[in-house]
Amino acid sequence: MSSFEPVLMANMALPDSHTLRVYESTGGYQALRRAIKELTPVQVIDAVKASNLRGRGGAGFPTGLKWTFLPKDHPGPIYMCINADESEPGTFNNRYLMELDPHQVIEGIILSSYATRATTAYIYLRYEYPLSWKRLQAALDECYAAGLLGKNILGSEFSLDVYLHKGAAAYICGEETGLIESLEGKRAWPRIKPPFPAIEGLFRKPTVVNNIETVACVTQIMARGVEWFKSIGVPSDPNNPRDPGSYGPKLYCLSGHVNNPGCYEAPLGITCRQLIDEYGGGVWKGRKGKAAIPGGISMGLFTEPEFDTPLDFAGPGKVGCLGLGTAAVVVLDETVSMVDFLHNSCRFFQHESCGQCTPCREGTAWALAMLNRIRAGKGRLRDLDLLLEIGDTIGIIPGTTICGLADGAAWPIKNAIRKFRGEFEDYIKRTNPHGYAVTEPVLALPVLAGAH
Amino acid sequence: MMREQAANMSSTEPILTAEMVREIQALFPRYPNKRAVTLPALHIVNDRLRYVPLKAVVEIAQLLELAPAEVQDTLSFYGLFKQDQPHGRVRAWVCRSISCALRGGEQVLEHLCHKTGIRPGETTPDGALTLEYAECLGACEFAPCMLAGESLHRELTTAKADEFLSHVRPASGAGHSSAHA
Ligand SMILES: Cc1cc2nc3c(=O)[nH]c(=O)nc-3n(C[C@H](O)[C@H](O)[C@H](O)COP(=O)(O)O)c2cc1C
Ligand code: SF4
Ligand code: FES
Repeated sequence: MSSFEPVLMANMALPDSHTLRVYESTGGYQALRRAIKELTPVQVIDAVKASNLRGRGGAGFPTGLKWTFLPKDHPGPIYMCINADESEPGTFNNRYLMELDPHQVIEGIILSSYATRATTAYIYLRYEYPLSWKRLQAALDECYAAGLLGKNILGSEFSLDVYLHKGAAAYICGEETGLIESLEGKRAWPRIKPPFPAIEGLFRKPTVVNNIETVACVTQIMARGVEWFKSIGVPSDPNNPRDPGSYGPKLYCLSGHVNNPGCYEAPLGITCRQLIDEYGGGVWKGRKGKAAIPGGISMGLFTEPEFDTPLDFAGPGKVGCLGLGTAAVVVLDETVSMVDFLHNSCRFFQHESCGQCTPCREGTAWALAMLNRIRAGKGRLRDLDLLLEIGDTIGIIPGTTICGLADGAAWPIKNAIRKFRGEFEDYIKRTNPHGYAVTEPVLALPVLAGAH
Repeated sequence: MMREQAANMSSTEPILTAEMVREIQALFPRYPNKRAVTLPALHIVNDRLRYVPLKAVVEIAQLLELAPAEVQDTLSFYGLFKQDQPHGRVRAWVCRSISCALRGGEQVLEHLCHKTGIRPGETTPDGALTLEYAECLGACEFAPCMLAGESLHRELTTAKADEFLSHVRPASGAGHSSAHA
């Protein structure tokens, strides 16, 4: 681990790291020049496939494999959507890449488009990133002026336009089909899949959706080679032929109750405790950790003993979390009330549910209403089971909703209550000493005449 | 306000300036259809007018060859675009999501509300400031934080919030409430 050299962040400390001049002075766009001159698109796909690169946007789907789902010999157009909506609470690594090394991202977009034969790429950028917008737009302008974008890139047959498209402050636009609907000018209601975007995506054409960090990894794989990429991280499980492993460097985000919050590049597979102690300078104020979000709030919670879990694609799932997600760790110290944590989480998801699926719209609203009631001193022990019932039944995993936002809403509920149940029970008993055991509905509703 | 708006609605003067129209039309070649320009067009208008009144929706719809209801449907899905009146000269988004909440973000928002006498979503009577809560601003390493216009305010404290108020509303003294003046 000590021999690990940052790559994705290597240039970020250079003055004017966001300019073409500095990027090219460190070898930037050499990989693109080589690929366009020496490699066919299929060879680029093969390299990315061989690297086992997995998407950094949250789902961890193998990137090269996703690209091969595009129809063969399609007359076009094929679209590339670059997901820069980055709104998962705790997550900010895409911002570092866009603000401090936008050309590394753009080189990856051009390489990915070359590989997939996309002729137009849209970068869907969240509204709250004005500096990213400026830096990306300036970098795109430099590329057009230098012949790296536009018609006949570097004198080849390959042409590509890249456009920025601004979001409007909605988390659901990060879900890939919500993003597509939003880009098309509609409300960001995610689509039922299949068809997957590779078959029918933006403007009903074959479409690839990839995260900003994913395409930055593509740049590095094409610059440094597959062997380099696979020398970092956690190898595939030899007993599971379908496990693509967790290869490559990762930009971990660290925030909450740590001494040094920040964005840190490390090999995939460091433990949460290593991230907190070795990179983040430990839990703040000399306190103990109580829990941590492993990869954005959607992924649920580690308890303190679970901090030893590796932050690779397989790790968080082994302790009941949803997954690695965005690898954004948020630390909660020993003073944090889990009731307050869960209230914050439920409020977020109630606010961000797009409202399309009843289980998600109603489930997130009722979960928040119950947390509000518990915090108002009117909680009943029974509410914990009602909350778990919501948590266990909303999402694409139980099969009741269109997109994964509902799974993300469910996981903090399930993890918080199942891993810290005693604390919730104590809180309810303490704040509602006379009513905590009541089991009747809070409001006795009249039976609707004619309902039978 | 209502009467002004009614006047706006019935006026034959377009609300979109020629420059806005040109900017919107300049985006058409980027997309295979005009509907995709809906969100960019809303941003162009909102950046200038600080809101997107219904009359602007109708004019955008004409430009994009859509029904006004289609543009309105998209607009109303997002919480960003106000329709009844422009937001303040500065619109400040205070993060309330987890990393900021763990470091006092909600207290800062409460403090700002208290000092200005407005609630999230409201504008000070002098039109200087609109306060909003935000979900994660993607700047959690600087928690608690706030995005005001295009500038990110990091590691907020109540003292820094007061300083911010004295810049945005110099006339009202260092953040004293003028809401009831
Ligand atoms: C509710 C929700 C929000 C999401 N937000 C983002 C996001 O902000 N950025 C992102 O890259 N992926 C996000 N995703 C994942 C995308 O749907 C998609 O998997 C990803 O963009 C694919 O790119 P990748 O394979 O390069 O990771 C989100 C998913 C869900 C369900
Ligand atoms: S699961 Fe929730 S956010 Fe996703 S489509 Fe359904 S209602 Fe919308
Ligand atoms: S939680 Fe406030 S910026 Fe992320």
